[in-house]
Amino acid sequence: MQFSDQLEKRFAELQTHYPIKRSALVPMLLYAQDEVGHVSDEVVHEIAARLDLTDLEVRNVVSYYSMLHTKPIGKYNIQVCTNISCMLRGAEKVFDHIRQRLGIGHKQDTPDGLFHLEEVECIGACCWAPAMQVNYTYHENLTTEKVDEVLESLRKKETQ
Amino acid sequence: MADLVSHPDEVRVVSKRFGEGATDIDRYLALDGYKATQKALTMGADAIINEVKASNLRGRGGAGFPAGMKWSFVPKQSPKPKYVLCNGDESEPGTCKDRLIFEHDPHSVIEGVIIAGIAVDSHQGYIYLRGEYRYLIEIMEKAVADAYARGFLGKNIFGSGYDFECAVQTGAGAYEVGEESALMESLEGKRGIPRIRPPFPAVVGLYGGPTVINNAETLANVPHIILGGGEWYASLGTPKNGGTRLFCLSGSVNKPGVYELPMGYNLRKMIEVAGGIWNGRKLKAVQPGGSSVPVLTADETDIPMDFDALMKAGSMLGSGAVVIIDDSTCMVKYALRVMKFYQHESCGWCIPCREGTDWLKKTLIRFHSGGGVRRDIDNIQYLAENMLGRTFCPFGDAAAMPTISLVKKFRQEFEDHLEGKPCPYEDHGKIEHLPVLTAWDHRTADPWAQAH
Repeated sequence: MQFSDQLEKRFAELQTHYPIKRSALVPMLLYAQDEVGHVSDEVVHEIAARLDLTDLEVRNVVSYYSMLHTKPIGKYNIQVCTNISCMLRGAEKVFDHIRQRLGIGHKQDTPDGLFHLEEVECIGACCWAPAMQVNYTYHENLTTEKVDEVLESLRKKETQ
Repeated sequence: MADLVSHPDEVRVVSKRFGEGATDIDRYLALDGYKATQKALTMGADAIINEVKASNLRGRGGAGFPAGMKWSFVPKQSPKPKYVLCNGDESEPGTCKDRLIFEHDPHSVIEGVIIAGIAVDSHQGYIYLRGEYRYLIEIMEKAVADAYARGFLGKNIFGSGYDFECAVQTGAGAYEVGEESALMESLEGKRGIPRIRPPFPAVVGLYGGPTVINNAETLANVPHIILGGGEWYASLGTPKNGGTRLFCLSGSVNKPGVYELPMGYNLRKMIEVAGGIWNGRKLKAVQPGGSSVPVLTADETDIPMDFDALMKAGSMLGSGAVVIIDDSTCMVKYALRVMKFYQHESCGWCIPCREGTDWLKKTLIRFHSGGGVRRDIDNIQYLAENMLGRTFCPFGDAAAMPTISLVKKFRQEFEDHLEGKPCPYEDHGKIEHLPVLTAWDHRTADPWAQAH
């Protein structure tokens, strides 16, 4: 399986960090997912081969980490925190608003494949609550208006 | 980028360089950067450990274990390499302080790791950040690369003859990995399942070698202690609780934010620092150390915020996350949200935790939606009490302690939900909350959905 040169460079550098190969597994899975879109069977098989592991050993690790997806998801992964600090400041209202706007629920995708919605646990934005992450980008001190702006700007980016 | 706040009562030590552009290595050097490392190299291991012991610096991750003592447990001679780990997995609900350190002062963490390394004669450090903190991983990787380029990391650092390597590692989403031994498993490329202790990490840790593992804030404090002296640092706080702390004041307040206040600062005053309770509401409760600690009622908040005072009051200082709850909040709903988190994050390794959190969540969902019976109230407490001290790692306690305190201190609110009565706090609102509950039910019905 072919990864981009940039990712190959990253993988090679990772291996210089540890006394054992396997230590690179979690970062490799996440970085590969960033490039491929999800942790496909192919990705599992390739990484297993590179780290002298079985596919099963890799799958065993994949299933533990909540950021790793084994199936393709929408291009923009909208992750809304509804944990305590966010909940106290109206996160559920934000989450419901997005649900209605996109017409999808928790862990679902819009039919055009643009958005994936997830209700997530604390993302470390408690003092700027309510908050969400779109892929890796933080959006904080959310209001329903602010959420609309974010969704609108992502849509616009796609049609351009 | 997270907004910064300020207040006249703040004592800035670890947040001294926030907003000063210290991610740039030259700027950092101009702000006394890497002086502590150079000083530490001339001090030697014992002197460093004594200085940190004198500072009364206690673990900022939550347990509050004295850092100097932790370092002194590492054996001097070891056939296996020793390691220093920086725990930046920051996932405790309510906690967002390490994020600011990585964002504004990444080199202070690197310095802390190097100095801890010198103290225990280790030559390899790892800085582990949670996967969601991707932009911070980029900042930290650049900081490490800059430090290598200047000869502050690598072979013969500062021409001292001492070698020290350091790398940044990303997680991929797991609260449990913040537990020290689970973090080591993750760094070894495995599921983040905790290890049995003893042996403790100081003796058998990462790759089986003696390992020092400290929270990022703990390590970021170390350079300041080396430069300012342990005694000075200790004098900023209360007896046995040295220094200051980054308090994450969040929830129902006007000006939430991360404020650096001296250890022992009064909790009531702290709420005023955060601008007081919002929307003209009244204070109902505070979780003074993240979602894992017993709640304090409004009447119990006239208390100095240090490890010992909170322990005496039956709670914990935890990770410095102070979640402030106003009187429009349903505490049954709150208990449910906390338990939903622990059920989701339990690694599933030991049964009291895996089964306990699941049953508690299911019971609380039913209870909050009006399907509870009187027996459930005692059952919730009974289940939680039976998790205490019976799990492999502190996770079980973390799930049980807030639950027990919520049932004990807010029993009337549980009673108010009995006999199919609608939640009395539903003004913000029954209709709005139900879809979220549906999402939880969906996950409960489909166990595979939880794992992926």
